[in-house]
Amino acid sequence: MIVAEQKPLDEIMQSVSEDKNVLVLGCGTCVTVCFAGGEKEAEILAASMRMRSEMSDGGCTVDHLTIQRQCEWEYLDSAADAIKGADKVVSLACGIGAQAIIERFPEAQMVPGLNTRFYGLPTKQGVWEERCGGCGDCVLEYTDGICPVSRCSKSLLNGPCGGSHDGLCEVSDEMECAWHLIVERMEKLGHLDRLEEMHEPKNWSAARDGGPGKIVREDLLREPPGEVDEGEEGTGS
Amino acid sequence: MQRTGECFEPQLTAFTCSYCAYMSGDTAGAMRIQYPATTKVIKLPCTGKTDARYIMSAFEDGADGVYIIACPIGNCHHVRGNERARARVVHTKKLLDQVGLGGERLDIFFLSAGMGESFAQAAKEMNDRIMRLGPSPLRMGGKEVGAGEAGEQKNGGDETGEQSVEATQ
Ligand code: SF4
Ligand code: SF4
Repeated sequence: MIVAEQKPLDEIMQSVSEDKNVLVLGCGTCVTVCFAGGEKEAEILAASMRMRSEMSDGGCTVDHLTIQRQCEWEYLDSAADAIKGADKVVSLACGIGAQAIIERFPEAQMVPGLNTRFYGLPTKQGVWEERCGGCGDCVLEYTDGICPVSRCSKSLLNGPCGGSHDGLCEVSDEMECAWHLIVERMEKLGHLDRLEEMHEPKNWSAARDGGPGKIVREDLLREPPGEVDEGEEGTGS
Repeated sequence: MQRTGECFEPQLTAFTCSYCAYMSGDTAGAMRIQYPATTKVIKLPCTGKTDARYIMSAFEDGADGVYIIACPIGNCHHVRGNERARARVVHTKKLLDQVGLGGERLDIFFLSAGMGESFAQAAKEMNDRIMRLGPSPLRMGGKEVGAGEAGEQKNGGDETGEQSVEATQ
């Protein structure tokens, strides 16, 4: 899931300092289960903002609403009236949901209430850890299921580097060395020799280096393939 | 109810579990121990249900101070509800600091059913603390909220309500 955390209240208050009528919009999916932007958090943030406002000029109305998912039009549309009626929307979704608001409602003024951190999982109650960097060319097959792109500080594909010590990364004693984990696991599974296999260079253009990502599935398009946007040329239609 | 000035009477909201903590209030009553009458008791099934939303809403609706009364650590009827409450109080104190109300307006006490004296002591301690801190800053700049308007706050039940007496101040 996408893991995020709330911005400091000061920063959020600063971003709505000119507004009279604010909507805190929560999202009921990833950010609900990482306790950053769900219904509870939206309610608490709205209450905090109202109290802050009341203690200063008292001029700000803050409402809250949580929809199932901010990153899909169908769900966003259910909040259309609330979004259109607000001077500013504080989005408690990840950066995707936040941008979806202004794409769907171009006249809306939106500020993010969260910092979107990573794709990860809760490793125990209250702890989330990064597991994938969305690189677009997954190599888990070669690393026995441990991602070197997101879990090695240098995204090395041929680690460990010289900084690996006692299973930890040189960047911080709080971080496990991903390559230590990979080698340990391969040893345990009895095929450490696989590390000697040669691989083609990884296709980094499928990741950030290749610009904004886009996937088109013609089998799912409503329009016939020939009528796809101009930008879709060369996708095999 | 006077909210400001020399006759300020703190409005306190106490969230208790329905086991040890609430019974300690009953014990205080049975023992005829006095504690500040401005405490409104709200019973939760377990203090594991302590939620920052309830606490924030109590402050927003007029409380000057809020406290949680839980079973002693290790004695929760739901095993670890009181530990969860403690962690949430620590977290909510930080929220209150960010808001500007101040985390010291919130606290948690751990009492067993027989500790009527300590129940009253907790109310007195919170009452004294809030007297020292003064009314909630929300009431100073914002609208005046009377004691009867405190939103979801209710008396915790006849037993506890009957035993409440006027503040010692
Ligand atoms: S290799 Fe790439 S796609 Fe696979 S888990 Fe790592 S970042 Fe994600
Ligand atoms: S110590 Fe390990 S995790 Fe850290 S940069 Fe080197 S190989 Fe990557």
